[in-house]
Formats: sequence, structure tokens, C-alpha cells
Amino acid sequence: MSRLVEIRDLWIEGRSDETWSPIINGVSLSLDQGEVLGLIGESGAGKSTLGLAAMGFTRDGVRISKGAVEFDGIDLISASAAKKRELLGKRIAYVAQSAAASFNPAHKLIDQHTEGPVQHGVMSRAESVEDAIELYRRLRLPNPEEIGFRYPHQVSGGQLQRAMTAMAMSCRPDLIIFDEPTTALDVTTQIEVLASIRDIVDQFNTAAIYITHDLAVVAQMADKIKVLLKGDEVEEADTRTMLSQPKEDYTKSLWAVRAFERPQKPAVHTSATPVVSVQNVSAAYGKIPVLHDVSFDIHEGRTVAVVGESGSGKSTTARCITGLLPPTQGVIQFDGQSLPASYKQRNKDQLRQAQMIYQMADTALNPRKTIGEIIGRPVQFYMGLTGKQKRRRVEELLEEIELPAAEYLNRLPSELSGGQKQRIGIARALAAEPKFIICDEVTSALDQLVAEGILKLLARLQDDLKLSYMFITHDLATVKAIADEVVVMKEGEVVEQGPKREMFIPPHHPYTDLLLSSVPEMDPDWLTNLLDERGVDNIGDAAVDKMS
Amino acid sequence: MQSVIRIILQRLALGLLTLFVVSIVIFTAVNMLPGDFAEAILGQGATPEAVASIRRDLGLDQPPITRYFQWLGGALQGDLGNSFAQANFASFAGADTGVSTTVAQQIAPRFENTMFLAAVTAFIAVPVSLTLGILAALFRNSVFDRATNVTTLTSISSPEFFLAYVLILFLAVLNPVLPSLSNIFDGMSFGERLEKTLLPALTLTLVVTAHMMRMTRAAIINLLASPYIEMARLKGMSPMRVIVKHALPNALAPIINVIALNLAYLITGVVVVEVVFVYPGIGQLFVDSVKIRDIPVVQACCLIFAAAYILLNLLADILSILSNPRLRHPK
Repeated sequence: MSRLVEIRDLWIEGRSDETWSPIINGVSLSLDQGEVLGLIGESGAGKSTLGLAAMGFTRDGVRISKGAVEFDGIDLISASAAKKRELLGKRIAYVAQSAAASFNPAHKLIDQHTEGPVQHGVMSRAESVEDAIELYRRLRLPNPEEIGFRYPHQVSGGQLQRAMTAMAMSCRPDLIIFDEPTTALDVTTQIEVLASIRDIVDQFNTAAIYITHDLAVVAQMADKIKVLLKGDEVEEADTRTMLSQPKEDYTKSLWAVRAFERPQKPAVHTSATPVVSVQNVSAAYGKIPVLHDVSFDIHEGRTVAVVGESGSGKSTTARCITGLLPPTQGVIQFDGQSLPASYKQRNKDQLRQAQMIYQMADTALNPRKTIGEIIGRPVQFYMGLTGKQKRRRVEELLEEIELPAAEYLNRLPSELSGGQKQRIGIARALAAEPKFIICDEVTSALDQLVAEGILKLLARLQDDLKLSYMFITHDLATVKAIADEVVVMKEGEVVEQGPKREMFIPPHHPYTDLLLSSVPEMDPDWLTNLLDERGVDNIGDAAVDKMS
Repeated sequence: MQSVIRIILQRLALGLLTLFVVSIVIFTAVNMLPGDFAEAILGQGATPEAVASIRRDLGLDQPPITRYFQWLGGALQGDLGNSFAQANFASFAGADTGVSTTVAQQIAPRFENTMFLAAVTAFIAVPVSLTLGILAALFRNSVFDRATNVTTLTSISSPEFFLAYVLILFLAVLNPVLPSLSNIFDGMSFGERLEKTLLPALTLTLVVTAHMMRMTRAAIINLLASPYIEMARLKGMSPMRVIVKHALPNALAPIINVIALNLAYLITGVVVVEVVFVYPGIGQLFVDSVKIRDIPVVQACCLIFAAAYILLNLLADILSILSNPRLRHPK
């Protein structure tokens, strides 16, 4: 019997300007009915390209130059567009990274769900609607009878991701490509989606290619794992072997990332004046209150991690500290002095002392300015340096962030990698010679290896320059790595705060508990055990209960 | 839905405000024209007494601000005043018959004709542009796409009278299928009217199609890189279905706006075509009235043009809002 998917020596190229550069270099893979393959690698490794190629699909500006892709004995490379359309959606389905962007905003979920079965002639619309409701129920969506009749914008991200999985299941395909389906979700939501996907793939004995950059996630989902690096296959093995005995150095380095952890610093003197003190701050967007009585201190040379799900008020707190959003109540103190509420009333020195590094280095750097100009601007504005002095200072800063000045000074942001851009963001913040830096999800958009580099850099800078950090993140692994103290936020309130050591030892606030236990671990049995612990049938409810 | 109604009411209020500002601009502009009706009608040899008498008769001796508010007050009550040109100057001659034509009476039939022409044109041009735009997006960069682009661009770049004469040559002279004169009048049957209107409507179709078609094409192609379009393709949907069902509903807002702009043009800017086909529309009336400084008619025409622009754009805004499910169905 032939295998369900057979990719042999596949070469794929992408066009940039006028030349074709390689994306995938001679990768092979095979998959049997009901088998789940985890495809892992950093961004740019070619995971999505390979996943789409398994569907016989290439994006614009991408072409398959060599090799074979067979699905159930059908050669997808030579197949006509019409022949491929017959398979797509019906026998091979796709679940995209961002369900919010991949559902058509103009149509109700149910119309998008039934489109496949009806157009492919698998079911009538009425049958498909009924089936959709059943799938929604199995995927533990709330109000399965009713939720499909909403528009995408009326449904939350985690629910959309499950609705998309349901849509992929609508024709009962033999193969589903999951392309980073939980990357954009909060940890607590991620668990529900992971559990739903795993259950439904099991129930229908569907084969799947599960693409992710998160090892812990893939460990829960896959039977076997393939590691990709820049379009080359590094190694492939079944999940347990891969986790316990990775052969290649690159794989080992991926596995080791999570081991980075700074030792807990000794407690600060109670009499010491904190660098930043947030005191009983409340804030609102228009009339809608978003922060309620938030208080915490940040001491010299310390990192306070502010954690919580999206919408918990982490970034709003940062906006209050920087004066972008004047609080409705409470004060922000800097070195024991109260700061004016709005940045407009703060003087240059007060502005200089608090700097920010942003999540999306892509959009935080002016694409038309060279690196030298981007870093030179705050050097001139805050420090008053010009000409040669300014240039020397910019070079120093580039050295500080471990990028050779001669090579990078005249480049534009578009000529840098994601990690390098984030380093430029750090250098720009350092240029003002601040005492305090707010890091807003600075590593969330980066691959784990690159993120680790950034975290290590920040840690070294902290030791060298006695910097204080407020580290906003939803990733508890990052907290473990870099924080001294942790503030847990939920719905605009601080639910718990204390030294990192205490945060990771029970007992803690039930919400902290939920957050902590939701972080995937490398143990392939982690999800199963967790679901047993929480009670499989009501995992979604359990999460909701604990949150309310 | 409530928020939608609020937005619509806001736009409506803004539209009225705009109309008020426009009325001031119109009045000022018309008053800045050199010469006035009295001088224009009496010609070179007018005695100062005669000019003054006509001015007094028509109220032109009042200060502009008083005249503006009289006019505005009247317009608000639906009274656009009396046409100077049709006024009876018997009083000036000493024998008042009491008969005069109101601006409304003069404009109404012309406006009706203009609306008829605009409607016929829209009826042809909008579906044609949409279809061509969708097909061009579907077969983008193909020979069909290029041919459509070249043709529509050529037609929009050519002067209107030239297009009109070309159509007359081919459809009235070489193959006499349509009348080259569009002299329509009261009492004509709908069929006759339509036949007479077809040639100017076709000319105008050629003028407005390019803009609408290119916007349709661009708005759709703009969306083709969206993840949800890729998703539709990965669901095995046909290219036509991807465009019509998945791209078009999300591209409607810009398309609707361009259609509204072109419809407004059809109401306000077709003088040349009216002249070529001797079509009795409001454009000709407007130009004639400017020539003889028939201020009440000029002002009324300007007000109608402004209102047409504002109303059509308002309608476009409302339709754009309704085409957006986020606004139609809030969370």
C-alpha cells in the first residue's frame, strides 16, 4: 500500500527581485493515514512553504524546481489546477496561523464552513450545517448551535481557531496541515485549542502535518518530529526519541533554550527608594476603565516581569508610566519624585530616564532611516552630541548590542533580521542613557534561539549599566529566564506579586496557577496529564471557572 | 445597528451644513460675475433709468446680504424665486399682466430629463464596469485585462464630443440604428424617450466606465494577498468564486464610492454631451442662464448640483457602512 503523503527530494525556490533563491533544499517526508508529523524550525526555515507544498500549493513568487509530491498516489506537481481543486478542502485541508485573518470578514462562520462540503458535493447545506454544529460541540465551542451564525469579528481568537479546525474537518479530509495554529493565542486558550485539535484528529484518524516553532507544543501533538533549518532537513525521529536523544547539535541547541535562567538576586533593602514606583494607578480609555488600583515598585538593577493574558492591562500600565495615557488616579514616582501625569508636562530629563523597547521591531523602526540615523537621533536629542562625538557614541552603542558598527551603520532596517532589528531597538533605548527601560513583549515575535540571545543581551546590559527593567510578557518561560520579581495582572488588576522564586512555588493565586499550569512542557505526556488533572470533559469550563 | 443610525444622522447633518456653506459660495460667486441681468438684457444702449428700473423690479438694488437671506429663506420653503429671463417686464412697460415663470417650473422638466439620462447611463455603465473589473481581476495581466485597460483608458482620455461624434458616425450615420438628435419633449412614450436617449447615454458610459472598472479591478486585486483569500483557494474554490464570493464583498466600499462620484458627474457635468445631441437637460439651461445672468436659475442649478453630490456621497457612505459586517453586526 502506498503512503498517504510522499514527498521526495523536494526543492523549492522563491523569487526576490529578479533572482530565484532556495527555500527548501531536497527535503523528503512521508506520512501514513492517521499519523501526525511535527514540523519544527525557526522562522524562515521553510516550514510553511513545505506544508503548503504538501497540498500541491505554492504562494505567488514561489516555485517547485525539483522533486515529487504525491498524495494518495496522485502526483500533485503535474496535476492540473482543476484536479488539485478537487482535492483541496475535500481530502486535504489547511488550518492557518491567524484564524482572525483567515476567516472572510464578510461572511458568517457557518457559510464559510459549509462552502467546502457544498461546493465539493460532499453534503447538502442542511447536512453540513448539522455536521458543523456537531463538530463545534466536539471542539467544545460554547453555544455550538448558535456560534456558527456569527461573523468572525464577533467570536474570540481561540474560538475562531477551533471553528477553523472544524471547517478543515468539514469534508472529513485525510490530511490536515496545521500552520502554527496556536502561536497567536494566550497560553490558557492555547491549551483548549491543542486539546480540541488532538481529540478530533484522533477521532477521525486524520493524518496531520503540525507546523510550529514551539517544541513543547509539538511534543504534545506529534507522533514524529522533523527539524528544519534554513530549508534543510536537520533530522527526523519519533517524538520521544527526538526529545530524549536529539542527534544533531542544532536540535540540541533548540532543546537547550529553555534552560536559560538567571539566578534570583538577593532581596532589596526595604528602605531603598525604588527607581519606579507605581502607586494606586487607575486608568481608562474614554469612559471604559481598564486599570484598577495598580501598585508595584521596580528597584535599581532589577527586572520586574508583568505577566497576564492579552487584555489584562500590561501595556496600558506601561502607557501610564511613560505618560502616554495619563492615569485617572494614582501617581507614578521616579526616584522618589512624582512625575507629571502626561508626557507633555515632563521635562527632557524625565523623558530620557524612561525608555521603551517594542514588540514589533519591524514597525518600531522608521524604514527610511539608516541604523546610524535611528540611533543617532536620541543621542543628539537627549545627550546633545553632534558630528564626530555623535558618530563615536553610535558606534559604541552598536558595539554594546554586539553588531559591528562598520557593517551596520548605513543599513536600512529592511536589511536586518528580526533579532538584529530588536537589537537596534535596544540600542536606541540605551542611547538616551536611561535608568529604566520598559520591554513590551520584546521577544514574542522572535524565534526561541534569537529570543534567548536578546534576553542574554538584556541581562548583561542590566549588570553592566545597573538598568531596571519592566518586562511585559505573556510567556512564563521568559519570566523564569529573566525576572527578579513578578507581577501577575488580570482584567486590569494586580492579582499577585512577589519574588520570582515564590511565584513558581505553590500556593499561589488560582489565576497564577492557571497561567503556570497552562505553559506547555517538553514532556510528551504533559497535555494528557494536565487534561486528566483538570477533567477532560470540561477543560474549557475549568479555565473559565478559574478565571471568573 | 444603533451606531450605524447615529453615523448616518451625523453625515446627514454634515451634508446640510455643507449645503449651507455651498449656498454662500454660490451666492458670492454669482454676485462677483461682471455685469448683471439688467445690463445684459438691455444691451449697450440702455439708459441708466431703464437699468435702475429693472434692477428695482427684480430687487437687485438691495444689499447682497439682504438678497442672500431672502433667497435662502425662499429656498428653504421650496420657493426658488422667479426666473429673470421669463419674467414679464410689462410692469416696466406699464402694463402688468401678472404672469411670470418660477425657477422651479423652468428647472423641473430639464432636471427630469437629466435624471433620465443619468439613470439610463448608470443602468448600462455600472453593471458593465463591475463585470469588466471583476473579469480583469480574474484574468489579471492577461491579454483581456490589458485590452480592457487600454480601451477604457482611451475612452476616458478622449474628449466627450469626440466620442459623441464617433458614436454618431457609427450608430447614426453609417448604420442608422439610433437617432443622432435627442430632442425629447413632453408626451413622448417611454420607448421613444429611451431610443432618443440611448446615444448620449452610450457616450457617457464610455466616459465613466474606465474609472469604475479600474477601481473594481484594483480593489479586488488589493485583497488577493489576504490570508482569507488564500484560505478560499486552499479550500479548493474556483478562481471565479474566490473573486466574486470572497474578494468582492470586502472590496465594495471603495467601489461604491467611485460609482457615487461618477453618478454625481452624470447629473452635474454633462453639458458637452447635451449640446452635441441637443438634449434638453439641466446643463444647457445652466450655461444659458449664466450667459444672461439669470441669477435665480443659476443659483438653483448650483444648489441642485451641490445637493446631488452631497446626497450621492452620503448614499455611498451609508452603503459602505452597510457593506461592513463589523458595523452592521457589532459584537
